[in-house]
Amino acid sequence: MKKQTKRILNICIIALAIVFLYWLNANTSKQGMLVAILQKSAILAIAAVSMNLLNGFTGLFSLGQAGFMSIGAYVTSILVIPAENLNGIYYMTGVNQGLLNFRMAMANCPPWVQSFFPFLAILAGGLAAALFAALIGMPVLRLKSDYLAIATLGFSEIIRAVFSSPQMDSITNGSYGLKSVPNFPEMAGGLIPSLVTPFLIAAICILLMVLLINSSYGRAFKSIREDEIAAEAMGVNLLKHKELAFTASSFFTAVAGGLLAMYMRSIEAKTFSIALTYDILLIVVIGGIGSVSGSILSAFLVTAGKEWWLRFFDTPLYIGTWQAPLFRTGFRMVIFSILLMVVVLFYRRGLMGTNEFSWQGIMRFPQWFRRKFLKRKGAPPKGGDDT
Amino acid sequence: MSKTILELNNITMQFGGVVAVDNLSLHVDEGEIVALIGPNGAGKTTAFNVVTSMYPPTNGQVLLNGKPIVSNHPHGKMKKMYAGCDRTAYPDVVTYTPDKITKMRVARTFQNIRLFKDMSVLDNVLIAKHMNIRAGVFSAMFRLNKKEESDMHESARALLSIVGLLPFQNEIAGSLPYGKQRYLEIARALATEPQLLLLDEPAAGMNPQETDELGEFIRRIRDAFRLTVFMIEHHMDLVMKISDRIYVIDFGKQISKGSPAQVQSDPAVIAAYLGEDEE
Repeated sequence: MKKQTKRILNICIIALAIVFLYWLNANTSKQGMLVAILQKSAILAIAAVSMNLLNGFTGLFSLGQAGFMSIGAYVTSILVIPAENLNGIYYMTGVNQGLLNFRMAMANCPPWVQSFFPFLAILAGGLAAALFAALIGMPVLRLKSDYLAIATLGFSEIIRAVFSSPQMDSITNGSYGLKSVPNFPEMAGGLIPSLVTPFLIAAICILLMVLLINSSYGRAFKSIREDEIAAEAMGVNLLKHKELAFTASSFFTAVAGGLLAMYMRSIEAKTFSIALTYDILLIVVIGGIGSVSGSILSAFLVTAGKEWWLRFFDTPLYIGTWQAPLFRTGFRMVIFSILLMVVVLFYRRGLMGTNEFSWQGIMRFPQWFRRKFLKRKGAPPKGGDDT
Repeated sequence: MSKTILELNNITMQFGGVVAVDNLSLHVDEGEIVALIGPNGAGKTTAFNVVTSMYPPTNGQVLLNGKPIVSNHPHGKMKKMYAGCDRTAYPDVVTYTPDKITKMRVARTFQNIRLFKDMSVLDNVLIAKHMNIRAGVFSAMFRLNKKEESDMHESARALLSIVGLLPFQNEIAGSLPYGKQRYLEIARALATEPQLLLLDEPAAGMNPQETDELGEFIRRIRDAFRLTVFMIEHHMDLVMKISDRIYVIDFGKQISKGSPAQVQSDPAVIAAYLGEDEE
């Protein structure tokens, strides 16, 4: 396919997406569920792609995502909760005086400066997580495979425990969590409404990660995944590149965490338990380890499947007067699990494998479909002894 | 007399009670092709791994251009177990990670090919070029180093055309036939711009004709890139034909050295390869 055609198709799809998002913005009240699902999948897509950067492209099996998300979520929330609400939220122990003063100073800035604060808060969350990742990376990244997973898992739980500990009460509000986190900020004075913001941030984050993966450093990451010994013998500094991948991944994970806090409007330490890491891991595995577009696709499919499309399994179903068995709260998750198993059985390497989205792939799809499902019966049996 | 590039002094490598390399000393001069031969399990690859710092030797020193790059003496639990000699000769401990050794322009290939199998042929070579990248992460991410990147591509392609793999540049490395994978590994090693090339059984699994071609090829790249080649090889034809000097080791010990003709007629070598007459 010509380069020009591809470019036109790309511009078309981006324009369609933008039109669709503004249409959603105009019809928020009717499309509430769709908006919620899309926003959550955009946020999880950032987390999934950043986990893929680490697991799929650098070959480091890390399970610390929830911990880094919680750093992002807490730092962001603490910085964006309206200053006047602080005393109400920290009603049990009171706010840390330094924090309160800082927030008061922030509240006294001129409004145009304040409009940047939510973004700076998200950035601060990311940087805090990146700093923490750089610190724990030094010892942790010397471990390999399963041991690395266990160590990162441990750190993630430590972060959660620290955030919910009584000693941190005046900063993180301990086990009570933080409430009244404002919604996504608007950009450019309302030109980009608050509904669109998470998509824009997700697009920027994923674009940055794709750029990193396709750069020379990304090639070095992949070489570490392929063969550590050979990579080192070819002059790739293992620790430096692992640390780089780990830090970058943690940064973007924490950005996702900050957005998640804004999405949920209230956070508590329990949200960031190991189950969240497994949710992200699930998305990565279903999408295909080593495929960015797979992660994005499966972030949407998994979120929508889990929370939307299968909803009707949770409500009692009557056919005439006969009540279908099994349709009750929780049945949705049974179906969801079965679907997951089916996907894993038929797509061993995830929906996309290690392939990326491409227009050629889309064009080839009918051909592939015909070959796979329609021509099989008529095809002559292949001889096996011609090798 | 030309300059000595690589020098091994009293290298001993002991794994627990097993002495894999025993008091091995050798030197490789600039522009030479030196072969290290010996029966299976003689400790040849272990010696290579010591030179490239894959693991530190129990005792001994490796000099590159007269500068120590590896140096160690028995310590820790090896203090008691050490069975070799000269235990106090190398008081300094010098270690670098393998990537630092590669940066000192020592490149190697592996006995069991270690390509980046799921990456393209071109990417395999580009990774070796990454070592000398000047751009930071951010400028590489935002493609501010376009010139550097295109230079990397160009020199990688040039290397591929030398080994005859340019037509395969976009193929997956793991899908190449075995012989071509060997050449790709050499191209990848050359991409690190080495002064010293360590080849670990480059002709393994090749037929006699391919082996001949490989011998020619090694000579050609030695001249073209002004390399010094230090290689391990089992194909005696190849070794005898292209090497300037040969070291023979058996059970970790050096049993003979010299020119191909000298080594060939050395009774100790014949005994090691064919077994000794029982008297």
